[in-house]
Amino acid sequence: MKKEPTKDAYNEYVEEITPTANVWLNCLKAFITGGIICTLGQIIKNLILYYTTISEMQAGLWVTIILVFLSVLLTGLNVYPSIANWGGAGALVPITGFANSVAAPAIEFQKEGQVFGIGVKIFTIAGPVILYGIFSSFIAGLLYWIGMLMGWVH
Amino acid sequence: MVKKLKTGPLGKQSIYFAKAPGLRSWASIAGKKEGEGPLGTYFDEVIDDAAFGQDTWEEGESKFMEHACKLALKKAGLCAKDIRYLYGGDLLGQLIATTFGIKNMDIPFFGIYGACSTAGEALSMGSMAIAAGYADHVLATASSHFGGAEKTFRFPLEYGNQRPLSATWTVTGSGAFVLSSTEGEIVIRGITTGKIVDYGVKDSQNMGACMAPAAASTIYQHLQDFSSTPDDYDRIFTGDLGKIGQDLLLKLLSENGIDISKQHRDCGIEIFDPDTQNTGSGGSGCGCSAITLAGYITRQMLKGEWKRVLFVPTGALLSTVSFNEGQPIPGIAHAILLETKNLRKSEDA
Repeated sequence: MKKEPTKDAYNEYVEEITPTANVWLNCLKAFITGGIICTLGQIIKNLILYYTTISEMQAGLWVTIILVFLSVLLTGLNVYPSIANWGGAGALVPITGFANSVAAPAIEFQKEGQVFGIGVKIFTIAGPVILYGIFSSFIAGLLYWIGMLMGWVH
Repeated sequence: MVKKLKTGPLGKQSIYFAKAPGLRSWASIAGKKEGEGPLGTYFDEVIDDAAFGQDTWEEGESKFMEHACKLALKKAGLCAKDIRYLYGGDLLGQLIATTFGIKNMDIPFFGIYGACSTAGEALSMGSMAIAAGYADHVLATASSHFGGAEKTFRFPLEYGNQRPLSATWTVTGSGAFVLSSTEGEIVIRGITTGKIVDYGVKDSQNMGACMAPAAASTIYQHLQDFSSTPDDYDRIFTGDLGKIGQDLLLKLLSENGIDISKQHRDCGIEIFDPDTQNTGSGGSGCGCSAITLAGYITRQMLKGEWKRVLFVPTGALLSTVSFNEGQPIPGIAHAILLETKNLRKSEDA
């Protein structure tokens, strides 16, 4: 073409006209969705404590297991993507989002076999979270240990 | 608008066909969501099952393509053995949708990759083979599949996430065209082959912005080569720029003194209703332009609504590797000049 914008000018203009999601509205939706999931967890915990003799610590574990199970079930029924599409981070940050990110590749890549499909690809989304989650807890532990040796923490 | 007696190269990037290859028949097979969109009633067949009765998205996409090719042949009254060459492609790695879709058809085959511009590339090469006298009949086809594309380029379908407003929705479907040396109510008068254009856009969720410069470059050069103005065309259809890409295309061309706002349409914008179908900026994929041409544009031309249409499918040339390694996303666009058979005669009269 005779007249072309510079790359910088073009990219600036692209940024200008590309619509972005409404952050405040998304925050509100995430708050509602995440809040509902956490409230559900609390209800389950209260029910367990009320109706069984399970200890409070054990009840927390049961809540985790039940929420993960529900998330995987809703992923299999293809309902979870709709919840996450509306609720955004509210559905992704709780443990249910993590379960969804593991179950989804397992379902999708099952066709490519037990080893190269599910085995290799089940953690394609969750893998980075696991790796850097464990790594950062290692760093935190190291700092804590050094702090103990120095007498800063007890 | 240029008029010549001889077929041959035209300007910098075009070919003029004096004896124009005809679009003898075409077929459009669309997925469920496409069938529910604004163009739903124009498609030959709408297949509700995204896997088309197969086990995987990939096999399903192959089936869409096979079905489109066979239907186009049937409409042309030809068999596979009448076809000299088949030009086809898709978005999956190593063109597996095409390979497994057409492998049993027993037709000499050129696999081509032009990302979402593949339909234009197939029609370009097919019409060149016919105009040169190397073939009487050729098949040109392209397909894409939402499930396969998401799995290859983004996330598994069951994974929950939010799509940016600028993202496009890959069309499930396949279009096939039989080109012939003799027959066709619609003819291919010329082609303008696009160059790779890179303006340094790196956002893979904003494909329209990546491809708009390529579309602008090809349309600009087409008008130069054919000594034409936008008013010579009833419509100028780009492939899958979406709303953002359309804005950018109009701006880039208007800076060069070309106003196509009256003629311009985009297959990606036409094929879905973003308000009710949650499709963001519009449809995309090889199938988007292919089924819009085979379903909608050809029908409007047959009805006489439009007599001269410039079909410009657009492609974004990236892979997950190039993207992850920080490369920008260059675009490409190929223009096909479609005319009704008797247009030139009526213009002369």
